[in-house]
Amino acid sequence: MDPMTLLTLLICAGILFGAVAAVSMGNVVSAVIAAGLTSLFAAVTYVILSAPDVAMTEASIGSGLSTAIFLYAINRTRRQEHEKDD
Amino acid sequence: MRNIATLLLLGGLSFLLLVITGGLLFGNPPMLIGQGIQQAAPTEVGAANIVTAVVLGYRGLDTLGELSILFAAATAGGLVLGSTRGRSGRPGGFILRTGVDLLFPLMLVAGLYVVMHGHLTPGGGFQGGVILAAAFFLPLLARPQESLDHTWLSVIEALAGSAFIALGLAALFEGRAFLTPLFDHGVLGALVSSGSLPLLYLAVGLKVGAELASLLVRLSADDEGAS
Repeated sequence: MDPMTLLTLLICAGILFGAVAAVSMGNVVSAVIAAGLTSLFAAVTYVILSAPDVAMTEASIGSGLSTAIFLYAINRTRRQEHEKDD
Repeated sequence: MRNIATLLLLGGLSFLLLVITGGLLFGNPPMLIGQGIQQAAPTEVGAANIVTAVVLGYRGLDTLGELSILFAAATAGGLVLGSTRGRSGRPGGFILRTGVDLLFPLMLVAGLYVVMHGHLTPGGGFQGGVILAAAFFLPLLARPQESLDHTWLSVIEALAGSAFIALGLAALFEGRAFLTPLFDHGVLGALVSSGSLPLLYLAVGLKVGAELASLLVRLSADDEGAS
């Protein structure tokens, strides 16, 4: 097997690993980070498959912006839950 | 009983999908339009990045639809999240503040580069706009009490959106279809080339950047000010 195929398979395994981790993790913040990792690996796959435009979108929106939005949403909902508890 | 029904449905669906996938000719594009566009785009639109030629030249109306979807989503998000007043977070640590000061100009340049070179290199208004939004959001992360002026964000967003539609309408006045690229094509690969595509991408970049930045600002705002 040539090294490029091996690398692609490894990165695809990374996508699967990140996705499974995002679903199965108990901690919400870790799950969000795992989802961001999935997007990052997918972006690398797009570069290897010579689709750099899609890769840039995936990297900036999928792993950057949506992770930030998720983290802020978690932060806000948690605060409201704490206020309810008080 | 219900489980068995679900299992049967899933099995049938996956069988159908597998049969369809097995019938596909992989690595053997059945559609001819892609090849046609690849041959015609350099002379017809004049953009070195053929993806941009498709996104803004051949399918400009789809991009307008994408922009309006994003606009609707950002508006709905802003409506749910409420006002942006009342930011009273703690300032970030020394490392965060110094890192943000260092990163802000670099990200600004990177975002503008991606937007302005959308017709030459991979990237464009959407990607560059997201980078710009992140660049303007980082200082807020480090110094939460300094608020980003929301009026200016709205003004930039509205002007950029109107500019995109105005460029599309200008083509109508010349007797061509809506959003047809205007002006001269210029030299293939030059910074000022491919007619009005760089202007369109600049409008898209500013609109996306302003929209996402205002969404992030609303998300990070304190609840006490909103309620």
